[in-house]
Amino acid sequence: MNDALGLPQSILVLGGGSEIARATVRALLVERPATIILGGRRGSAALDQTAEEARQLGAPKVSTVAFDAMDPASVGGAVDEAFDSHGDIDLVIVAFGVLGDQDKAEADPTAAIEVATVNYAAAVTAGLAAGNRLKTQGHGTLLALSTVAGERVRRANFVYGSSKAGMDSFYQGLGDALAGTGARVVIVRPGFVRTRMTAGMDAAPFATDADSVARAIVTGLAKGSAVIWAPGLLRWVFVIFRHLPRAVWRKIPG
Amino acid sequence: MTAPTAADVVPLDQTGPILAPRSRGILARGLGRSYGDAAQNAGGTIVDATVHDSLIAIDRRGATAQVAAGVSLDRLLQRLVPLGFFVPVTPGTRFVTVGGAIAADVHGKNHHRDGSIGNHIRSMNLATPRGVVAVSPELEPDLFWATTGGMGLTGIVLDATLSLPRIETSLLQVDTDRTSDLDGVLALMTEGDHRYHYSVAWIDCLARGRHLGRSVLTRGDFATVSDLPASQRSHPLEYKPAVRIQVPPVFPSGLVNAASMRLFNEAFYRRAPRSRRGELQSIPQFFHPLDVIGHWNRMYGPRGFLQYQSVVPFGAEDTLRRAVERLSGAGVASSLAVLKRFGPGDPGPLSFPAEGWTLALDVAVVPGLTALLDQLDDEVVSVGGRVYLAKDSRVRRGLIPTMYPRLNEWRSVRDLVDPDGLLVSDLDRRLNLSGRWETR
Repeated sequence: MNDALGLPQSILVLGGGSEIARATVRALLVERPATIILGGRRGSAALDQTAEEARQLGAPKVSTVAFDAMDPASVGGAVDEAFDSHGDIDLVIVAFGVLGDQDKAEADPTAAIEVATVNYAAAVTAGLAAGNRLKTQGHGTLLALSTVAGERVRRANFVYGSSKAGMDSFYQGLGDALAGTGARVVIVRPGFVRTRMTAGMDAAPFATDADSVARAIVTGLAKGSAVIWAPGLLRWVFVIFRHLPRAVWRKIPG
Repeated sequence: MTAPTAADVVPLDQTGPILAPRSRGILARGLGRSYGDAAQNAGGTIVDATVHDSLIAIDRRGATAQVAAGVSLDRLLQRLVPLGFFVPVTPGTRFVTVGGAIAADVHGKNHHRDGSIGNHIRSMNLATPRGVVAVSPELEPDLFWATTGGMGLTGIVLDATLSLPRIETSLLQVDTDRTSDLDGVLALMTEGDHRYHYSVAWIDCLARGRHLGRSVLTRGDFATVSDLPASQRSHPLEYKPAVRIQVPPVFPSGLVNAASMRLFNEAFYRRAPRSRRGELQSIPQFFHPLDVIGHWNRMYGPRGFLQYQSVVPFGAEDTLRRAVERLSGAGVASSLAVLKRFGPGDPGPLSFPAEGWTLALDVAVVPGLTALLDQLDDEVVSVGGRVYLAKDSRVRRGLIPTMYPRLNEWRSVRDLVDPDGLLVSDLDRRLNLSGRWETR
């Protein structure tokens, strides 16, 4: 069960190799021991690293389930496998995603479809499967890692941005659908996070790191927030950004 | 505040063994006043005990009452007081059911004299997965004491027969003392509590420095008719409880913050006389001050608060002092803390009260609270203390067997009546009281 401060006793991470997810698992394990189930590509080194860190932080049980986000149906199977083998799961983190290459995607639709499949279609499958299980058990939190890039899509990365915008909207709707069932949805919208995924890119203003995002998540879970911005200031920055005239928005660099 | 969960709510069949209509178990709920998840059963079935509240059979000669478990203390008091009886134990709110009071083995201002409510139950009928059983301290004593304080996990209490103290009037003669620090109130209570039937102190947790732990101590006894002024002697047992103010469901969160609480506490402390003797107070005034405000919990706003209550043995006053220091120092926007001396505990293996000091307080949820309260728990455990399960919503489950060293004894009694684990609560899932959630 989640306690009154939002700390879980069992966590399923879909995209267990994600650096933000790994930092979040660390931040939660420091507060309370929890069983950890990591979902991701079979044989992924990043997944193994998260598993190793979880064990070192005293997780009583660490296991893995395999899926490939390019095959959205396999995500649902992994979710069911995790719940069937473990029982109740208090926190499900949907953390997988790809940034893609905007130039390549504009030139080659198959590259764009890959981004859309992983970031949107597979996230939808994950949300529906996990949402159903949480609804049946009558409790639990579904935490979706979105991004501010979906808040208002930019010229420079609109393939990625639009896939995340769709994912974010989907989880908002799912949260409404699950209201009153005991399950709840929390959406995390980080700004530019310095990770492997963004390596080599110029950091945008308000750039942050995975550990800071993880801290914001732990605080947000305690407060019962429905949306967690990281850093928190971005919430107000985007109040303005959302309303900038398009001609101005288009010219904002980065 | 606690983690939200949802369950199916059904009425109770009072005749046969308990059956769980869904796979996720069954649990009785009274008025749902537990601060944590004690009355929740996520994805399972909840039996609403309050629909069975018609039975109140009072034996005036024997000074007992047989009462359906769904009857609230509020209703019971309205029947009892005009007849010259009181309830043996009442917590700080009268909006709890008899069944819930038994499940938590509640205590009141008279614990140092009378113990918790388990000591005043003559017998009860308990629906279990094995059928309905009559239990009492003489008949099935193990199951009886596993049920008082058993958090509803040994069965569903159908009705209970309570011993009733007699009262001549519905008023209390109250002595109030204000102390400027914690040591002052501890000394007053240690030396004088035995002279009063009822005693409790309120500590201002926001006072710092040399005012750390400044307190208002109120103690009293029921007045006799001869204690009343002549004008009141004609109707000594008049009882008119009233909820005067309602807090609306939408209350701006943040109105209760460090600054407003400090003002409130200052006013509370200043209003209390340094020392006053023999003031007449009504039952609601003395026992249920918060019940005057309907839905007072809403004042904390949607973000919520949690309640922390622990007990430490006599001699561990340093632990108590550090707890008050830590909470004051952290600037946790806590309201007034309640301090009470417990007498000896009863035989219930999961019953909370044990001889010593108990401290209870509301804490608004702020970042870093987990670490702060974990630290307090460690200190409490190191001196042989424990936290109150009925109020808990965040303790580490690993500490429970140390806090409640007779847990295994309780589990073996429970396993006899519920071998298949039909009785389940979120509290049980979280803390593994039943021993069925080991791997979680």
